[in-house]
Amino acid sequence: MDHVSKKHSQALDRVVIRFAGDSGDGMQLTGERFTAETASLGNDLSTLPNFPAEIRAPQGTLPGVSSFQLHFADHDVLTPGDAPDVLVAMNPAALKANLGDLPRGATVIVNTDEFTKRNLAKVGYAASPLDDESLASWQVHPVPLTSITVDALEEFDSLTRKDKERAKNMFALGLLAWMYSRSLEGTEKFLQSKFAKLPDILAANIKALHAGHAYGETTEAFGVRYEIAPAPMPSGTYRNITGNVALAYGLVAAAHRAGIPLTLGSYPITPASDLLHTLSGLKRFGVMTLQAEDEIAAVGAALGASFGGSLGVTTTSGPGLALKAETIGLAVSLELPLVVVDVQRGGPSTGLPTKTEQSDLLQAMFGRNGESPVAVIAPSTPIDCFDAALDAVRIATAYRTPVILLSDGYLANGSEPWLVPSIGDLPDLTVEFTTEPNDVDADGLPMFHGYKRDPETLARPWAVPGTPGLEHRVGGIEKADVTGNISYDPANHDHMVRTRAAKIAGITVPDVQVDDPSGGANTLVLGWGSTFGPIQAAARLVRAGGAQVATAHLRHLNPFPANLEAVLKAYDRVIVPEMNLGQLAMLLRSKYLVDIKSHTAVRGLPFTAAELATVITDHLEEVNL
Amino acid sequence: MSIDLGIPTIGGTAGVPTTDAKQTKKDFTSDQEVRWCPGCGDYAILAAVQGFLPELGLRRENIVFVSGIGCSSRFPYYLDTYGMHSIHGRAPAIATGLATSRGDLSVWVVTGDGDALSIGGNHLIHALRRNVNLTILLFNNKIYGLTKGQYSPTSDVGAITKSTPAGSVDRPFNPVSLALGAEGTFVARTMDSDRKHLTETLKAAAAHRGTSLIEIYQNCPIFNDGAFELLKDRDEATARILHLVPGEPVRAGAGDDTRVVVHADNGSLEVVAEKDAPADRIVRHDPTDLGLAFALSRLDDPSFAHVPMGVFRQVDAPTYDDGVRAQIEQATGGEQVADAELQQLLDGSDTWDVQARD
Repeated sequence: MDHVSKKHSQALDRVVIRFAGDSGDGMQLTGERFTAETASLGNDLSTLPNFPAEIRAPQGTLPGVSSFQLHFADHDVLTPGDAPDVLVAMNPAALKANLGDLPRGATVIVNTDEFTKRNLAKVGYAASPLDDESLASWQVHPVPLTSITVDALEEFDSLTRKDKERAKNMFALGLLAWMYSRSLEGTEKFLQSKFAKLPDILAANIKALHAGHAYGETTEAFGVRYEIAPAPMPSGTYRNITGNVALAYGLVAAAHRAGIPLTLGSYPITPASDLLHTLSGLKRFGVMTLQAEDEIAAVGAALGASFGGSLGVTTTSGPGLALKAETIGLAVSLELPLVVVDVQRGGPSTGLPTKTEQSDLLQAMFGRNGESPVAVIAPSTPIDCFDAALDAVRIATAYRTPVILLSDGYLANGSEPWLVPSIGDLPDLTVEFTTEPNDVDADGLPMFHGYKRDPETLARPWAVPGTPGLEHRVGGIEKADVTGNISYDPANHDHMVRTRAAKIAGITVPDVQVDDPSGGANTLVLGWGSTFGPIQAAARLVRAGGAQVATAHLRHLNPFPANLEAVLKAYDRVIVPEMNLGQLAMLLRSKYLVDIKSHTAVRGLPFTAAELATVITDHLEEVNL
Repeated sequence: MSIDLGIPTIGGTAGVPTTDAKQTKKDFTSDQEVRWCPGCGDYAILAAVQGFLPELGLRRENIVFVSGIGCSSRFPYYLDTYGMHSIHGRAPAIATGLATSRGDLSVWVVTGDGDALSIGGNHLIHALRRNVNLTILLFNNKIYGLTKGQYSPTSDVGAITKSTPAGSVDRPFNPVSLALGAEGTFVARTMDSDRKHLTETLKAAAAHRGTSLIEIYQNCPIFNDGAFELLKDRDEATARILHLVPGEPVRAGAGDDTRVVVHADNGSLEVVAEKDAPADRIVRHDPTDLGLAFALSRLDDPSFAHVPMGVFRQVDAPTYDDGVRAQIEQATGGEQVADAELQQLLDGSDTWDVQARD
């Protein structure tokens, strides 16, 4: 359905909406549905869910607030938005927790029914902020969301009051859909499948959705509805996808293109568990998932599977990566493919399980005993998680090495529209196992040597159990070059350590690309991982102000692209923003002797474009003095 | 909600390719020089395993030995099969991934009391709980050998070792009780020096589908020499070893000194002279009775007054790896999925088309 509105409509180029409520209010679902409707309208978008670490914090309290932010526009969107233009606050806690992020003049829709004395007291409001002047800087729309929803559902005798109240998120969604001229069709379909077995609940939710829409159209409180034109995007078929799902699909597609089965060993950990959930539902695609007894067993099972010829994958977050360190070191020594996905979160220790951070870079690089280099790569956006997974599998299988893929909580849960690639266009990752002897013994008879390397990649043969004539033993003790027999020889150890390092250093990675529209910038902003969006958005702001700045982004953290040194040295100043205390900056300084200017924040949240634009502008002023 | 997977139980090596070619011990002996201390019990176990493997009639390339860290964990290097000498305590986890992803392999784990019961205790109990199709050989010498003589999780209370000069105050694990506590479906005990019993136990373990755990008493001549000496003396062994034979009374000793295990008044087991034992209380071994198996394992005592030997428990039960593979098989029908179907997955159910507008 799509009503023709009689109200004035106004065109906007972009909007940031934040839905906020209690953990039990269904804000994530509401946000996801609004996102789906927005995506199908052709807007570009980016989302940022933000939920508490607690499963259900006490109702109505600040720790219990869950929110979902969506940024959509008629042009390409780089971030989920610095600050909301619209806040939907389902209770006083949601208002209080989010008010600090609201710029003056922003729209606030509050559910007045929840502003009871008790709920206000829970979050420390002595009096209702709706009754004094404290919200005067914002356009506040008080709406008794709960009671209107309950009234609208009066006819549903079979439902309890609680059931009816639960539908208030659909009422809110309907209202917002009216305000921003979204269709309700997709959500109706979604509800039909979700509540297929509960016809009364289904009917009530659909009714609440329409009631919210009608409320916007008929109430004088909402005078204007907004239109946001579709964004120009390359033609093709799109869907919306989160980073975690894109990553899981990337692994499946990569194994498919490699022609080997995918075996996942995993242990549940936030924010990586969705990878385990998604992959465990893909048995149809030959994906085997083992939920292990701990992080160590999870990576062990993956490595065992790799020894047997599978694509062994393990998925975790920072604390889990710490536990897997010794096994990754074994994989370095065995020279077997292994993909280790670390969805980074705030640390140290348990840290901030549901918040984002980039502080595992040095752990990925160096967090093992001995000289044990591994390839390290990082996706830059939720949809880039798909391509990064393919890249990780390419490197792991071609070079027989562990690859650590550093996603983070922001990429994992954030979503954006994805131009779905065609399977046939994905890179060919076909794996060739060794099936024949690769050497001769002293008598000239054919034999197999487990550590005889491919001269180009330095990869050793991958000969899997079940292959007659190639029986061999591998282990973590140092191996003699070529034969792979145990060796304690000093010169051999030196040679093997350097060879393993040379193998990783020699991995083929594409050059880093510099974006400098003016061609005359003297300052470069270099990022890695999920800072891509904020950095690009910040550069856009700076350039819009008439200044020049170049940007570049690293997918490959180990090895670095071959042209990186030249790129760094071509600029008077290089700024590296990171959600850690300067880990990439440290690597670049030590490797290239370049005086990197590090900008860091570890608030558990992505950078805002405005913040980075200020940082860049300050640097430009210094450089151009 | 649970789903009956309906997985039939089959033999331990079902699914592993066999060969008609005659195999000998030599076929399973690698070209690597064996480097255990002279007199180490590991030699006898290696010889027994190399001598036994040809009996399985499996293709050599489909056998894999995975080990952890410790003296015993050097085992894979000496067998001409596929092998992995991994890291301390983790062999059961690695073997679980390998055995589950490859149903055509016969996977063996070689471990010691420190490797399996200390640093790797978690993986061991979970392998047993899951009943992965693995054969675990647990060499128990009640000491850390490779690190040169510290007490282990099976060392007796009071043991004087390098790290317990005043005697160990740690209470030891009973590996059999532990395995039975994890509901291991095949749990046995044997000894390095009894080649015949060792080989018979290996045979029974290999025939079992699921996790087979064999505790092998093994002498460390350097750091804990003579730990099992009482059981190596023929007369002492006769007097002390309680033989576990299905359907037979559990018995030790000979002639007038024969003793049997009986049900005590308090419900536990005790060992009494056979001549004094009430016939209706004599325990006949039943390896399908978990409670009995556990009670028998509790007859152990540090002085080796009674030592049950043999298969404590053997029951057929669904295995983890068969279950995982059955689910995949059911989902895929054994076919590699077509590009088109993978494309459908990527597309999802909520797509929209964009015509070029710019």
